[in-house]
Amino acid sequence: MSDHLAEIARAACARHDNAPDALIEVLHDVQGALGHIPREAVSEIADALNLSRADVHGVVTFYHDFRISPPGALVVKLCRAEACQARDCETIVAEVETRCDVRWGDTSADGAVSLENVYCLGNCALGPAALIDGELFGRVSADRVETLVKAAQRGKP
Amino acid sequence: MTRRVFIPDDAAALSVGADAVASEFALEAERRGADVTIIRTGSRGMLWLEPLVEIEVDGVRIGYGPVAPELVGALFDDGFLDGGSASPLHIGPVTEHPYFARQTRLTFARCGLTDPLSLSDYEANGGLVGLRKALSMDAEAIIEAVTVSGLRGRGGAGFPTGIKWKTCAEQTDAQKYICCNADEGDSGTFADRMLMEGDPFCLIEGMTIAALAVGASKGFIYLRSEYPHAKSKLERAIALCEQAGLLGENIDGSGRSFELRIRIGAGSYVCGEESAMLDSLEGKRGEVRAKPPIPAISGLFGKPTVVNNVLSFAAAPFILANGGEAYREFGMGRSRGTQPFQLAGNVRQGGLVELAFGVTLGELVHEFGGGTQSGAPVRAVQVGGPLGAYLPPERFDLPMDYEAFLEAGAMIGHGGVVVFDERVQMARQARFAMHFCAEESCGKCTPCRIGAVRGETILDQIIAGDDVAENIVRLDELCEVMEEGSLCAMGGLTPMPVRSALKYWPGDFQS
Repeated sequence: MSDHLAEIARAACARHDNAPDALIEVLHDVQGALGHIPREAVSEIADALNLSRADVHGVVTFYHDFRISPPGALVVKLCRAEACQARDCETIVAEVETRCDVRWGDTSADGAVSLENVYCLGNCALGPAALIDGELFGRVSADRVETLVKAAQRGKP
Repeated sequence: MTRRVFIPDDAAALSVGADAVASEFALEAERRGADVTIIRTGSRGMLWLEPLVEIEVDGVRIGYGPVAPELVGALFDDGFLDGGSASPLHIGPVTEHPYFARQTRLTFARCGLTDPLSLSDYEANGGLVGLRKALSMDAEAIIEAVTVSGLRGRGGAGFPTGIKWKTCAEQTDAQKYICCNADEGDSGTFADRMLMEGDPFCLIEGMTIAALAVGASKGFIYLRSEYPHAKSKLERAIALCEQAGLLGENIDGSGRSFELRIRIGAGSYVCGEESAMLDSLEGKRGEVRAKPPIPAISGLFGKPTVVNNVLSFAAAPFILANGGEAYREFGMGRSRGTQPFQLAGNVRQGGLVELAFGVTLGELVHEFGGGTQSGAPVRAVQVGGPLGAYLPPERFDLPMDYEAFLEAGAMIGHGGVVVFDERVQMARQARFAMHFCAEESCGKCTPCRIGAVRGETILDQIIAGDDVAENIVRLDELCEVMEEGSLCAMGGLTPMPVRSALKYWPGDFQS
């Protein structure tokens, strides 16, 4: 495995005093740096925190936040829970899938966009709610999602 | 004279452009040579008016909303700086707005009013009185005040907070913990988020009071990862409290210590269940633990632990400052005090409404909520999150009271009310309840793990019109198995929305 990757994983563990109970924090740090949790990082983290690889893998795969493969350049999350359903989020889901040519839950073939489900962003009075490149938006429509996606993509290298 | 302008930086306000609005106000004031200070606050909770901008004129805060950046110039032309009423966005003195004036703001007294990260603002508006009283009291007296108040767990289960604290206090372990459940995953709820962003010191004060009551020296806030703004506010608020000697060693010179840390979740709904949350706090998969033992006896790392929701802790400062009786005066039956209700979904005036228990569901939906956003008639409301019952307008006479809801086969939960108009298809909502459980089940017990998947399949068949009568019997039996056999409320309560949909809208299941 690359030294760079090992270094990131080791540094994340060290930042949390190599404490096994900080595993989730460590995984957030590693994913923050790498965009996902590579298999090699799992071994490195397990070693540093004195856990088994199975323990770490079990945690990585339990939580929706953690990814084992890299996401698209831009991640679009749309809330699909009840309060946003009441504001027609499902119409937006269908429309955005067509416009971005990617199914919800997948990454586009060119790796430009990942569409992800999320159940509640805590913006339930101003739905439908979306999280685009980490930024929260309320009262979105399919048009607005498309505009925001394009704007976010222009800001990307 | 410098005019003070207040603009929220609450996540909901930001999601509809509050930052751009604030920049535009600063620019416009500069263009006009107006002497203006912009103060960022939490949200007042009148979310349909966000971004809601306030200007202080002769000590009164006049509101305008919803403001968009391109409307700021016209707002100034219409006499905004003098609190003028010419603008169509003018709503008058904010605290006199009918939505706000009718509320009883005990827990949310400061939210939207103060700068969330100003300790002097906090103290000038009643903050720290409760903590200072608690520091002068013995532990039994603190617990007695909370017991007398009648406060029950605001996370949804409604367990008496005083009893929980007393149980933990009675344990003799040297190490005890205070854990705040800030994993607010129920759709239709955002009160925890609003409080953590708009008045984070209130939560810190409440947790510190709990620590004094039970003899805990360490605390954790388990915050969901979907709330980055709350994280940043809490981090800064904790640092400010540490600098001011209100957290850490020797709190306020009392000789007592309490260390507080934040742990971020990772997108798992079931981690809002207290024992799954404790496992997650220990860095493990968020799997539910069998009870007993209860966390107050054996919780985080096997030590006695108080686990309460954000709103339960945040009620403690008022109770300590004003006495348990003062809190108890509000409410009905065994539901004492206030609940911050949250109006969400297809509702015209969505937002946070803190009221004494006893207000009816219909008053919330129609008088505060103003009916649906779409203008179509209300068909259903879901109260208490994804595990709560769907109720039709015929049940709008129900008072918001733990026992009244229980009797009606429903629950208040965390106080979320999600409104649906006539287009909602209830068999689909029932299917979603099972689907959500299948997505979010921790997998530890079979009724929940497998039952949810079976439930989804059965409902797919019902929606497709296959063997409807037999499948409804199967669904009923499955619900019973999940209710009786599940380890926690995730599997145990998923049948609640399903059964309520079947009960009140049977026609929706006959395609």
